[in-house]
Amino acid sequence: MDAKNLGFDTINLGHGSGGTMTRDLLDKIIFKTFDNPYLNQKHDGSIVKFNSKIAISTDSFVISPIFFKGGNIGELAVNGTVNDVAMCGAIPKYLSLAFIVEEGLKIDEFIKIVNSIKSAADKSGVQIITGDTKVVERGKGDKIFINTTGFGEVHPKANISTNNIKAGDKIIVNGLVAQHGMAIMSQREGLEFESTIESDTTNVNFLVNDLLDEFGNEIHLFRDPTRGGLASVLSEISQDINKGITIYEDKIPLEKQVAAACEILGLDPLYVANEGLFISIVDAKVADDVVELMRKDTKGKNTACIGEITNEHPNKVVMHSIIGGKRIVSPLIGEQLPRIC
Amino acid sequence: MKYLSEYRNLEATKSYLKLIENTITKPWKIMEICGGQTHGLVKNGILDLLPEKAQMIHGPGCPVCVTPLNLIDKAIELLGNDVIVCSFGDMIRVPGSKKSLLEAKAEGGDLRILYSPIDAVKIAKNNPDKEVVFFAVGFETTAPANALSVLHAQKEGVKNYSILVSHVLVPPAMEAILDDEFCNIDAFLGAGHVCAIMGFKEYHPLAEKYKIPIIITGFEPLDLVQGIYMAVNQLEKGIFKVENQYARVVKKEGNLAAKKVIQTIFEIGNREWRGIGEIPNSGYKLKKEFEAFDAELKFGISNIKVPENIDCIAGEILKGIKKPHQCSQFGKTCTPQNPLGAPMVSSEGACAAYYHFSDNLITS
Repeated sequence: MDAKNLGFDTINLGHGSGGTMTRDLLDKIIFKTFDNPYLNQKHDGSIVKFNSKIAISTDSFVISPIFFKGGNIGELAVNGTVNDVAMCGAIPKYLSLAFIVEEGLKIDEFIKIVNSIKSAADKSGVQIITGDTKVVERGKGDKIFINTTGFGEVHPKANISTNNIKAGDKIIVNGLVAQHGMAIMSQREGLEFESTIESDTTNVNFLVNDLLDEFGNEIHLFRDPTRGGLASVLSEISQDINKGITIYEDKIPLEKQVAAACEILGLDPLYVANEGLFISIVDAKVADDVVELMRKDTKGKNTACIGEITNEHPNKVVMHSIIGGKRIVSPLIGEQLPRIC
Repeated sequence: MKYLSEYRNLEATKSYLKLIENTITKPWKIMEICGGQTHGLVKNGILDLLPEKAQMIHGPGCPVCVTPLNLIDKAIELLGNDVIVCSFGDMIRVPGSKKSLLEAKAEGGDLRILYSPIDAVKIAKNNPDKEVVFFAVGFETTAPANALSVLHAQKEGVKNYSILVSHVLVPPAMEAILDDEFCNIDAFLGAGHVCAIMGFKEYHPLAEKYKIPIIITGFEPLDLVQGIYMAVNQLEKGIFKVENQYARVVKKEGNLAAKKVIQTIFEIGNREWRGIGEIPNSGYKLKKEFEAFDAELKFGISNIKVPENIDCIAGEILKGIKKPHQCSQFGKTCTPQNPLGAPMVSSEGACAAYYHFSDNLITS
């Protein structure tokens, strides 16, 4: 898709009016890019067939800046929802896609985002089957907001539930923590710093599918620690299951540059957002094999077992520090704020 | 990162813990001055690794915690008057008498979170039709950058920039703590980063006058246990002097260039400390020739005065008389989500450190 020869440079209120300008935008950009039998019917919705139980997940994306190192809001909107469906133990098939655009957004930026959505959808094997575009006045939005809803078929061997978690289960993460949050942070106003940190946004549905094929119900839980980071998700899980979680600081995969940026900015990497990261809680007897399988995948090469479930300290996450001490890991409250000194 | 991994070394930390255990014969109360040290102790689980006789008391060195309530109200007042207020991050959630800066932002105030006050001058330059105020809080550590922003604005002719000053100094606070009738501190871990700027010459008279060991200490686990060992060692031998554990960063005379910048625009004056009250000669105020950059004068807000929250024992916490979990409100009516006082909000506050990282809440 090329921004030239469209006849307009920016998105304006008329593109959300429902009239011919809307149709023009859809025909020239949306339908052309996502071209598939469902969308091509140009109906208000789509009719699809599923062969099993389905998993549904929805998410809205309001990230600023909309373009960042390692990705943009478009691929984030696909990967985020695809991963959420995968976390249910399902194989994502279809996505809905809704834009809220602030008038004045440059059309070439919009096209760049739409192309990223297409490419991310293709990579994760999902089709965009319905959507919506609204335009709001300047100042009533922040360039572009995207909502996606994902639909997936539950894997026949999956039995993902916090009810299955028991003491002794191992906690495994598929990669480096805090990459996404620090990539975004490095580009925010007033905080810009030189780094090559890139967002880890990616789809993990195929890796999840491989894990379920191989280990089935030995996998007790998947969860992706996006906002609030690893700490908040683990705290939530420990409270949900009324058991304790022990993690080991020296086992948590953390890239040097990210660790340094966190130190400088006074942020705790455990609370920084992730995108392509997921936690697997698995039966201890398959833990080593799970780690081995994951490390063979490009999306799991930094996989590490970071801790386990315990009957001690119920509802709490306790981290063993590098120097042999222990501390509570509490959930994030509000936004993590940079320190004074 | 080399300096970090070296000072988070398990074996080295263990060896100092062993030394402390082998040296200590009597119970000693050691106050770490700086909130960063408090967090280092709690976050790394050091408090539980120390022998029972080495009791750590948490000091007042959290700039957010000691900023008086009325200063926050003043910043909020400015936000409500179409002024762009710039602040360090952890200041914004601290409750004022009615609301926090974050709540004032939600109501439409233009609040910017910055790491450097120089960026606030840039914002002023880019918004010539608006007034821009930097909320200049902190100890001696943040004073040079804040002072530099004023010099920078002056040099560039930026007239719509000013600072709301709430700068406090560590040595007068230590003296106020030692003079308190309930004081039971046996030794201090001096605030490493403050001394990186100021040096530590001014601590010798304090050690001498109050017969108390002062160890200038860093923030990593190994720094902290080494500092504690040095304090215990002095106490057991009955000596009291200033020692510098943090020599890789702190020089005796401090950072001369930074001190010069401070002295150019600030002079020493009385300051109110949240929860403690006014301490003579305990802070910085702008010199007369820089009055044009004083937000309090520029906007006529110096008369805003509000009483402290009577349910909050922040004063006793900051002076080390009580520990956070000894407060009847701790974890009940006072939580990081709904704080009564600043020590529960700031990432360096002792109450927040206990709430987030330690077991005290779980067992209580």
